[in-house]
Amino acid sequence: MNDSHVAQTSGVLPVLLPLAERMTRAALRERAMGSPTLRLDSSHGVALVVAFLCGCGITQAQSQAADPSIFTTLWKWTPLLARGFVFNLAISFMAMAIGTIAGLFLGFAQISLLPPVKKGAFFATHFFRNAPWLVLLFYCMFLLPFQVTVLGVTIPIPDWTKATLGLALPVMANVSEIVRGAIQSIPTTQWEAAASLAFNRRQALWMIIFPQCIKRMLPPWMNLYAILTMATVLASIVGVNEMMTLTQRALSAESRPGLLLAFYSYVLLWFFLYCYPIARWTVRLEARYAVNQ
Amino acid sequence: MPEANSEPIVALRDVHQSFGDVEVLKGVSFGVAKGGVVCIIGPSGSGKSTLLRCINGLVPIKSGSIRVADFEVHNLHTDQEKIALRKEVSMVFQQYNLFPHKTALENVMMAPIYVLKEDPKEVRERAIALLTKVGLAAKQDAYPGELSGGQQQRVAIARSLAMRPEVMLFDEVTAALDPETVKEVLNTIRELAREGMTCILVTHEMRFARELADEVLFTDGGTIVESGRPAELFDHPRKDRTRAFLSQIL
Ligand SMILES: Nc1ncnc2c1ncn2[C@@H]1O[C@H](COP(=O)(O)OP(=O)(O)OP(=O)(O)O)[C@@H](O)[C@H]1O
Ligand SMILES: [Mg+2]
Repeated sequence: MNDSHVAQTSGVLPVLLPLAERMTRAALRERAMGSPTLRLDSSHGVALVVAFLCGCGITQAQSQAADPSIFTTLWKWTPLLARGFVFNLAISFMAMAIGTIAGLFLGFAQISLLPPVKKGAFFATHFFRNAPWLVLLFYCMFLLPFQVTVLGVTIPIPDWTKATLGLALPVMANVSEIVRGAIQSIPTTQWEAAASLAFNRRQALWMIIFPQCIKRMLPPWMNLYAILTMATVLASIVGVNEMMTLTQRALSAESRPGLLLAFYSYVLLWFFLYCYPIARWTVRLEARYAVNQ
Repeated sequence: MPEANSEPIVALRDVHQSFGDVEVLKGVSFGVAKGGVVCIIGPSGSGKSTLLRCINGLVPIKSGSIRVADFEVHNLHTDQEKIALRKEVSMVFQQYNLFPHKTALENVMMAPIYVLKEDPKEVRERAIALLTKVGLAAKQDAYPGELSGGQQQRVAIARSLAMRPEVMLFDEVTAALDPETVKEVLNTIRELAREGMTCILVTHEMRFARELADEVLFTDGGTIVESGRPAELFDHPRKDRTRAFLSQIL
């Protein structure tokens, strides 16, 4: 790693060192990941639990004698919210699968030797990577038809499918960059060695270069998945029945204004519990591969 | 052993090569007889690696011609022709360039199986025999990261030999090794040369060059400044430039 200059400054500016060093590390890490990394740690969980308990406390304090306790209310709605959460996960799995497959193709196209393919893939990658996720979601919602007719058979396209496609687009673009970055991080001498053994470009890519990329791609890919999972709640804006939408429905059914904080931090807790292990695992993998390289 | 009168197996005629505006090879011509050993010496940046890469067809040339056996190296069109050339001439690199995700044995077996489409069983036997030859039979299941530099380089040599080449190119294959391990790699190359393999080596191991080479080429600035039998060139260099270079490294 290139933090030698950090070490050099240690004698001069000891006070700044921890911060400078941390920031350098973070910057290097994000560069390696190709996207902002989730840096969830247990303190975030503690903060969330505190917020949740505060929310519950406030609600409890505001409630009238006749109201059931906040925990009873949450418990009552939990099955419905859980169903919504499963839907979020389903969307995240499918968007990730579609985005990954499409992204692999796009990533390979980015290193094509044919200029039009390369340029087209570059443009598509950067277009979808830099477009706001919500805008892409809206585009998919409103530009895709609600049904298609293939060979006389009418197939409906439900909203959640469109939302999945909408989320798969930025995933695709990010995977494309992850693939391109990983391939280009393999020393060119590996290509050269393969060529001198008469492997053609395609064989070299599939048998020699790409297998070496997988380890490098895994941490940023998992990071992307965690980000995507959190982004699935965007689907509530376009009316998909996922956890966020159902939370809003629960809140309006209860019509107790004080419930807001408790419910939303409850939802956050669910997402935290799901994403935290992924984030930790990503960090572990990253550290392991960094040592091995 | 070199067959004195036979047509050279490698022949370069007025080869020019440049990277952008920088001319790296400025008209290089030489030939290597079948079974001959040619050592190339010269200062850093004089184009030695580039020359070997051109012979292997890894980089294009600007003008001139390179012939290896029956192949015009830069006039090959189909994949088959390119494969056929790479079967003739194989290259070993300074940094070994083994495939890190494959074991030593797999490194040796890959090209014959996937490129030459040979029978995996037969390739495996041959690969084990080659690893035995370079003294690494015990390490066949080790990954490159688990091998020392010298061991990796010997695996790389076995990997090249698995293509059954007629000509081997060695680009400073001992430069990254410590003196102890240099010997084991040189022994492997010596054995190959004695068996009649045509070898072109870029090397700074002068004693080795003196012992094995049929001809030594001194390159500087993209041309061959002087060439001759090792005893002549090392002991009685004709050109000042050669003398200056030799006095620095000997
Ligand atoms: N891919 C490249 N792009 C641009 N210039 C290059 C490239 N490869 C080599 N060169 C230049 O070509 C010249 C010759 O390089 P080459 O590697 O052949 O030298 P060399 O004799 O092998 O040197 P060394 O002893 O240091 O290995 C150098 O000036 C180098 O900067
Ligand atoms: Mg060199």
